Amino acid sequence: MLFKQWEGFTAGKWSDDEVNVRDFIQHNYTPYEGDGKFLEGPTEATSKLWKEIIDLTERERKAGGVLKADVKTVSTLTSHPAGYIDKKLEKIVGLQTDEPFKRALQPFGGIKMSEQALNMYGYELDPEIKYIFTHYRKTHNDGVYDAYTPEMRRARTAHILTGLPDTYGRGRIVGDYRRVALYGVDYLIEHKKRDKDFIDGDMTPDKVRDREELSEQIKALAALKEMAALYGYDISQPAQTAKEAIQWLYFGYLAAVKDQNGAAMSIGRNSTFLDIYIERDLNNGTLTEREAQELIDHFVMKLRIVKFMRIKDYNELFSGDPTWVTESIGGMGVDGRTLVTKNSFRILHTLANLGPAPEPNLTVLWSRNLPAGFKKFCAETSIATSAIQYESDDLMRPEMGDDYCIACCVSCMRVGKDMQFFGARANLAKCLLYAINGGKDEVTLDKKTGKHLQVSPMFAPILGDGPLDFEEVKCKYEQMLDWLAGLYVNTLNLIHYMHDKYSYEALEMALHDTKVRRFFATGIAGLSCAADSLSAIKYAKVYPVRNEEGIVVDFKIDGEYPQYGNNDDRVDGIAVWLVKTFMSKINSRYTYRESVPTTSILTITSNVVYGKKTGNTPDGRRAGTPLAPGANPMHGRDKNGALASLESVAKLPYEYSRDGISNTFSVTPASLGKDD
Amino acid sequence: MVGKIHSFETFGTVDGPGIRFVVFMQGCPMRCLYCHNPDTWRTDGGREYTAQDVAQRVLKYKSYFTGGGGVTVSGGEPMLQAEFVRELFGILKGKGIHTALDTSGILFTPENRSAVDKLLEVTDLVLLDIKHIDGEEHKKLTAHSNKNVLAFAKYLCEIGKPTWVRHVLVPGITDNDEYLSRLAEFIGGLNNVQKVEVLPYHTMGEVKYGNLGLEYALKGVQPPDGVRVQNAKRILGVIK
Repeated sequence: MLFKQWEGFTAGKWSDDEVNVRDFIQHNYTPYEGDGKFLEGPTEATSKLWKEIIDLTERERKAGGVLKADVKTVSTLTSHPAGYIDKKLEKIVGLQTDEPFKRALQPFGGIKMSEQALNMYGYELDPEIKYIFTHYRKTHNDGVYDAYTPEMRRARTAHILTGLPDTYGRGRIVGDYRRVALYGVDYLIEHKKRDKDFIDGDMTPDKVRDREELSEQIKALAALKEMAALYGYDISQPAQTAKEAIQWLYFGYLAAVKDQNGAAMSIGRNSTFLDIYIERDLNNGTLTEREAQELIDHFVMKLRIVKFMRIKDYNELFSGDPTWVTESIGGMGVDGRTLVTKNSFRILHTLANLGPAPEPNLTVLWSRNLPAGFKKFCAETSIATSAIQYESDDLMRPEMGDDYCIACCVSCMRVGKDMQFFGARANLAKCLLYAINGGKDEVTLDKKTGKHLQVSPMFAPILGDGPLDFEEVKCKYEQMLDWLAGLYVNTLNLIHYMHDKYSYEALEMALHDTKVRRFFATGIAGLSCAADSLSAIKYAKVYPVRNEEGIVVDFKIDGEYPQYGNNDDRVDGIAVWLVKTFMSKINSRYTYRESVPTTSILTITSNVVYGKKTGNTPDGRRAGTPLAPGANPMHGRDKNGALASLESVAKLPYEYSRDGISNTFSVTPASLGKDD
Repeated sequence: MVGKIHSFETFGTVDGPGIRFVVFMQGCPMRCLYCHNPDTWRTDGGREYTAQDVAQRVLKYKSYFTGGGGVTVSGGEPMLQAEFVRELFGILKGKGIHTALDTSGILFTPENRSAVDKLLEVTDLVLLDIKHIDGEEHKKLTAHSNKNVLAFAKYLCEIGKPTWVRHVLVPGITDNDEYLSRLAEFIGGLNNVQKVEVLPYHTMGEVKYGNLGLEYALKGVQPPDGVRVQNAKRILGVIK
């Protein structure tokens, strides 16, 4: 063995001059088929520490949402001295700034956004910082706006493209933080240096960029070591104990959130990895179960208090202040063994020991083959806390293998091997209205002329008083979708170019393979509304209602039509067609850095805001009312119970929506059956 | 054969074992004061479907029935369209689907006897809703005597048909220890009853009365509290 810290582990490819965490897990983990009886409650230190966090949370709430904000120190890995909640109680240490709940200043995404956010909560940005970031140091946001085309700006103003990461950090990139624990930082630096040496020959712009990025990665790793040293830890070598493994891993994640204020800062798939260290310590008698749970509780507490300085609109968009610290748990291995370990239980048990919380976003990778004891434990924990997210491992594993994780809420990526360019979403319900109105927005007016804004080039609108002809609408819709897909992809190409240039995620990418697979993630909003609208046009009679400018601003529906959410192929087929069509159009475009295009149907709460900007639709939905979340049927239209509704959603082809499909589904325990 | 149907519930979890596809038939002769589906009363409402069409709908969910589930026909009063239900159950039984009939038994009359017999042949489980054990009280509650209901219960015992008895617990009407004891005694004489369910009265149907322009007779009656529900369960032998 190369390192004495690896003693007791089974060697493999992972220990033979490679960086290969999956191989380490496969050789060393202990599947657990039992129940949760072994679990321990909170220690005194845990309860005390958690109480302090609750008090801080309460003070933060009373202060209007932000307790403290840094206005002058630009956040880097080493910008702040060590910070603690209560040093003598903390088993796992490290805060984003020098004080708990003090939000960091992270202006590389955009100085304007940073300043706005501070102002909203009554803080003033340090003038010198403002000067530097407006005169000497360009931000991602400036870069994007320098390059945006007028059409891109119009699409943004009219909200047919929404939530674009052009003013803030794109997030969604998950470093393989386990590498820090398994290999120590020096080994990772060595490998990155070697990778850099291989990039040689003709210095094309791509190669120059790759070499520059690798240098940034190496510097970030060095800074990671320095950051840990501020807390008195030397992480140049692998972790020796479970406590060290958790601490090393957390330092990796902490560095990422110090570096990036990303929309979603997920943490990966760590519990089973960490179980290997815990098992080793339990077996050699240096750790008790109670201490193991305490370590996990303290680790999770840290993840619960990850905070970013964001504008209030952002919080409105997401109905809260989410950080999407998603931790993926369980699942099955490709060899048929379960990846559930005792630590899968321990991390879920934090919901009992600390009480339920939305973060970290504990996500169980569900398979019908999971051990019965774990399934039962998950169900009990869900009933008690409503705080577990479930995703289908059986659906994702064939494509992604058994070492993928979920970024944000549904995006899957192989840990350390895939990254993604997050791409917000295109509003397909609005696009249908554009098809009818020849690309004029039904809500937004042109500031100069006072007339409806022509967003796309002038397409031929649908004329006459109706009823709307399905074939004509469909044909025009396809043309408009084609335009939208092209514009959308190009807008994202531009955004991600600038993000790489001005706000590169050096630390997170240092914890990826150098030759990484990139996903180009697009998204769809308004799917069910668009499908129902087309169904109404096809199966009922829909008459357009025009305003004095001739723009269709409302619809009269005569007759009934099949609605998505009732397991009715007539309309579900339209939804399927729409997903396939849009994805195919995305697929046919050039995407930045040879990225693989994907799409998702996953608005969780932002559907409300998107609905506000969308006029009356042919399905009878009123202007300004919410679109359905994700792939959900429109509210109240699924009339045949849960299974019919779920079956409609399940028809959407995952192959065409690889970045994920979400369905928001609430049940009361009583509606799941009786106890006796 | 065509049946008049009020609605479908694809994820029924409270009307029989397992996950069930529930067909709510349109039309009911009873006028139970607490009925939470008054919109199923009228026989001139609903939508018409063939038994074949309904069977096709049910079969889409066959994969969900592996945990003992199946189809439940409820209502309304399914026996009002006994022949339709028999055809539907016949098709589904042929496909290996478990069939349950959720009925009040009110239509068990000599003239209906043969139709009921044919229906029972393809029925795996009867969910028999005994509204009230006392004849007079039953009449006040439902506008009908309970003679047919009790006769049906005895008949089901005679032919050995698996049956669950269900009883809605309404404060001031059925939540009464004497009545509950009499009901327990009656059920005690039936050896085909596999399960007794106490259904606490709830007010979720009240809004429908307003929508239908009907008077809600139980205005102000609150659901029974947990203690009374436990009490009823104890008397009826659901719990020890």
